[in-house]
Amino acid sequence: MNEGFKWDAVGEALPLLLQGFKVTLLATLLGTVVAAVLGLAIAVAGRAPSRLVTVPVKIVMEFIRSTPLLIQLVGAAAVFSSVEPLTIGIVVLGVHYATYTSEVYRAGIDSVPKGQWEACRALSMSPRRTWQAVILPQAVRNVLPALGNYAILMFKETPFLAVITVQEMVFKAREYGAGHFVYTEVFTLAGVLFLVASYPTSLLMRKLEKRLGH
Amino acid sequence: MSDFFSAFMDDLPQLRSGLWVTLEATILGALLALVLSFVLGLMSISRLLLSRGVSRVVVEFFRGTSLYVQLFWFYYAMPPLTGYELSPLLCGVLAFGLNYGAYGAEVVRGAINSVPRAQYEATIALNMTPLHRMRKVILPQAWVQMLPSLTNLLIQLLKCTPLLWLISAADLMTAVEKLRSRTGETLTAYVTLLACYFVLAYALTLLMNLLERSAKRRLGLETGGRSLLKSRSAVTAAAAGGAR
Repeated sequence: MNEGFKWDAVGEALPLLLQGFKVTLLATLLGTVVAAVLGLAIAVAGRAPSRLVTVPVKIVMEFIRSTPLLIQLVGAAAVFSSVEPLTIGIVVLGVHYATYTSEVYRAGIDSVPKGQWEACRALSMSPRRTWQAVILPQAVRNVLPALGNYAILMFKETPFLAVITVQEMVFKAREYGAGHFVYTEVFTLAGVLFLVASYPTSLLMRKLEKRLGH
Repeated sequence: MSDFFSAFMDDLPQLRSGLWVTLEATILGALLALVLSFVLGLMSISRLLLSRGVSRVVVEFFRGTSLYVQLFWFYYAMPPLTGYELSPLLCGVLAFGLNYGAYGAEVVRGAINSVPRAQYEATIALNMTPLHRMRKVILPQAWVQMLPSLTNLLIQLLKCTPLLWLISAADLMTAVEKLRSRTGETLTAYVTLLACYFVLAYALTLLMNLLERSAKRRLGLETGGRSLLKSRSAVTAAAAGGAR
């Protein structure tokens, strides 16, 4: 049964996996952008003065956060079958992580001293100008490292996209493995590539976090 | 829509066994993860460089390589390499346990480090043995700190179990997926499935909140009944080494 590790298969699969890796990175990057923007919108909506806004937002968020990403992906791909899989993947990944990043923003917004709000009021600034010119610039700066962490988490969850036929790295690995019957080598290689990409990034994030004094 | 629910009723035995497989994977995976979290977490605060190093390498390895890759590795790559073939459920339990154990190790480490330094000094002054000190003083306090993050990890583990569908274990996802392809009610099927997982997640959260309350009581920290219903916070998941 034991046939040893086929190194030539690794060499052959590497270019293919790197090709898939580009899609993985693209999905992570765009997914992070969606999560960062939408998360901010949810966090601001969560501070709305009316309960008619805050309660439904909270319920939807809790629901998305507590249910599996895989089913959300497969379900969205089945319902919107005419949309390109990569687009669906990025949107679903982004929405899922937005429910997490919104909490990060919320903490960031809460960390802005109360006096800042009062000062805005004293200067009779409009709510829009208060958020734009005073609150958000301070809040966003505080939460950048935490957002970076979610980007790394998302990167590790991109293989889920293979299920809806996005041609990312694990999809390529499965394809090659099924064609040549060399699962061991390709999945080991895929794991190593993930490790090589994510570990230095998380070290960098940790350094950045220390530097910002967290 | 009514088609789907009458088929749902007909398929109840399969759905029940699917639910059981999902729960089995979640609970066994979580138990393995819990044991590994404590072993690796305690190793990482040891004074021996070797034990710290081993724990660091194992944790970074299982966090750095994606869960999805690990699951597939156990399912596809193990048999030709070692000659052992594991059942899909066992592959799932191993992958979930190892992956979340690595995340949990950071939670345990962080919580133990958060116990005030003076508590250690007091136990030394009282001449307690290291084991006694951990069991009676440090862990009961760290446990309260750990529980919210562990709850988050548990729910995340539950949310990963539909992956079992891909390696053909007959879990809840598989059972509903079969129903969907038979009835053609795509939207209803997936919404039902999401609702099932939400109920499971909420039930687990309530259980863990109960555990947290009893742990706090033991330290003399009273909490009201409302604390049982509080939802999880996403921030603690990240802060407790969710990503790093």
